[in-house]
Amino acid sequence: MNDVIAEIRKDYIYGLAKRSERADGRAFDEYRPIQVEVGFIDKAEGSARVRIGNTQVLVGVKLQPGEPFADSPETGVIITNVELVPLASPSFEPGPPNEKAIELARVVDRGVRESGAIDLSQLTLPDGKVWLIFIDVHVLDYDGNLIDASALGALAALINAKMPSERYGYGPDAALPIKEYPIAVTAVDLDGEIMLDPSLDEETIASSRLTVISGLQGTLAGMQKSGTGTLSVDEIVRVVKLAGSKAMQIRDDLFGGSTNG
Amino acid sequence: MEFMKNGKRIDDRLPNELRPVKFEVGVLERADGSCYVEHGRNKVIAAVYGPRAVHPRHLQEANRAIIRYRYNMASFSVEERKRPGPDRRSIEISKVSREAIDPVIIKEFYPRSTIDIFVEILQADAGTRSAGINAASVALADAGVPMRGLISSCAVGKVDDTVVLDLVKEEDNYGQADMPIAMDVRTGEVTLLQMDGHLTLEEFEQALELAKTGCARIAEMQREALIQKYRGEENE
Repeated sequence: MNDVIAEIRKDYIYGLAKRSERADGRAFDEYRPIQVEVGFIDKAEGSARVRIGNTQVLVGVKLQPGEPFADSPETGVIITNVELVPLASPSFEPGPPNEKAIELARVVDRGVRESGAIDLSQLTLPDGKVWLIFIDVHVLDYDGNLIDASALGALAALINAKMPSERYGYGPDAALPIKEYPIAVTAVDLDGEIMLDPSLDEETIASSRLTVISGLQGTLAGMQKSGTGTLSVDEIVRVVKLAGSKAMQIRDDLFGGSTNG
Repeated sequence: MEFMKNGKRIDDRLPNELRPVKFEVGVLERADGSCYVEHGRNKVIAAVYGPRAVHPRHLQEANRAIIRYRYNMASFSVEERKRPGPDRRSIEISKVSREAIDPVIIKEFYPRSTIDIFVEILQADAGTRSAGINAASVALADAGVPMRGLISSCAVGKVDDTVVLDLVKEEDNYGQADMPIAMDVRTGEVTLLQMDGHLTLEEFEQALELAKTGCARIAEMQREALIQKYRGEENE
């Protein structure tokens, strides 16, 4: 089921956009307040609860020793999953992951993987096994922009995670080798106006959105357009530039000190 | 692995060169429209059924047709046998491909109906989602589905710090970035954009420009293939 939005609400939001305003009073490049709380789940090796405005996701990271892939015996394994549980929205239904959940999980996964956030070569174990890293995103409250919240939650939970070496007899526990801090920034285009961190209404109205994931040096690590709308090349370039500088800002605000070393 | 030697790539192409591409229109008897594409070593076939009645009926829309797109890889299409049926990768590709094609279809003409697009990857060598979209676009035209334009797709990427057009499997697997794009070349509207890997802002802008030229060449071939088929029928 899709989220339904009244025509009158649609007109209202478009009308505001024309006057460079948003329904919640934000500037076009302004995020809703971001809150990250780590270590929320004791049973997980790492966890983070992220709020962007009313949107709320809980990410748990579990680690266990396992077999590496045959073609890469020297590297750890990342497995990312997203659950759009029915408690998070009237439009979510129980059942196996739908294409929306799968796309979300795969974009989050690519952000972590392609940016090189974790040095996977340091995840080998003495007995030929490697650490399997399970990143599970549990969406709790869906009020727009799940991608940015989930990607942020995944990063925060990974930073928070400890490899449970002691439990498996591999020596003392240690933090994961974090090498990069990928930040996802999502934009929607409403009648030529580019807005970051779309609210549920803005996201529902917009015919397409673009997520840009970038790293410490502003390097692009991943991108995903979603939705049936179209974007011009100029719009894409504008979003990419805007997303890059916004990512820097979010990273500094949330992880400031730790990213320097 | 070394990807660039004397300005040439592992398969002897220039950085801005597409692989050989071949379109064949109307290759299936039962489908309303179809197209076979060879894109380098990729072999892809697309079929379009519809507009036709929607099953299950609750999926139908009162004021327009719905579009369904199924990207499916044959188990023998890749080096190591792929387990048949949809996996997470094909579900995502089906979604973004549907969204890539959807904007040009005039859906309002066919309320309460569906247009089903089936793409079978018979042999895969990187760039299958693009080849699938190119085939699907031509198959839709072959089926007589009213469209605002044709969608053309190709991938760009980076190997050995060089931005290149249309990656082959080795370049995709061991390269530094991969970025599939689909667009309506006539209007310049981008309908699919994905990227993974590492690109600087300059490389990204360079890649976008390269993708535009690649899509433009694909669009020419799509048009030519359609003209060929229907000109042939006139003369019969």
